[in-house]
Amino acid sequence: MVQLSGVDFQRKCQWSAIIANMVAPELVKKWIEQGLSGSNAEVIGDGRHFEATVISSQFAGKSMLEQHRMVYSGLGDKMDETIHALSLKTYTPEQWEGKSS
Amino acid sequence: MNVEDKIKETVTNNRVVLFMKGTPQFPQCGFSSRAVQILNACGAQFATVNVLSDMNIREGIKRYSNWPTIPQVYIDGEFVGGSDILMSMYQNGDLESKLDSETETAS
Repeated sequence: MVQLSGVDFQRKCQWSAIIANMVAPELVKKWIEQGLSGSNAEVIGDGRHFEATVISSQFAGKSMLEQHRMVYSGLGDKMDETIHALSLKTYTPEQWEGKSS
Repeated sequence: MNVEDKIKETVTNNRVVLFMKGTPQFPQCGFSSRAVQILNACGAQFATVNVLSDMNIREGIKRYSNWPTIPQVYIDGEFVGGSDILMSMYQNGDLESKLDSETETAS
C-alpha cells in the first residue's frame, strides 16, 4: 500500500472533493424526471452548469415561471448543493411535437 | 433591518431590480451579464444588487423568491424570473410590454 505524505494526501482529498462536486448530465436528467413524475428531460452540461429541456403534460396551462418552479422544486436541495447553474426550456408534449415538426 | 425586510424595501422602492453576480460594469457570471444586456436593450432603468458582496442577500433572495438561482429580476415588486425567462420574454415582446406598462402607471 502506498503511503502518501501529509501534503499529497491533502491534495488527493481536495481533488476527490472537486470531482465529487461534479455531476454527470445523465444524473441531473434522472433527478429532474424523478422530481417531476411523468416528465422527460434531456440534459447537457459540464459537471456544474447544465441546460435542460423538460417535457411534461403537467406544464399545461402554467406560466413559464410556474413551469420552471416545478422543475426546481422537484430538484429540492440538489440546487443548493450540487447543481451550480441550471438553464431550463420547458414544453408540454404538444408544444414539443409542434416544435420538432 | 433583517434581510427579508431589506429585500422587500429594495423591490418596493425601485421599479426594476436585478439581483446579479457582480455589477453591470463587471458582471461575474454569463447569465447575469445576459440579464443586464437584455434590460439595457429594452432601455430600462433598473437598480442592481450584487449578491456576491453580501452572502446574506445571496441566500436571502433565493428564500424570498423561492427560486434557487441568480440572476433574478423584479418588476413592480413582483418576481419575474431568471435569465431564461427574461430572454424568452424579451424575444416574444412581453418584457417590453411589461416595462412600458409600469412606466405608464408611474406617469
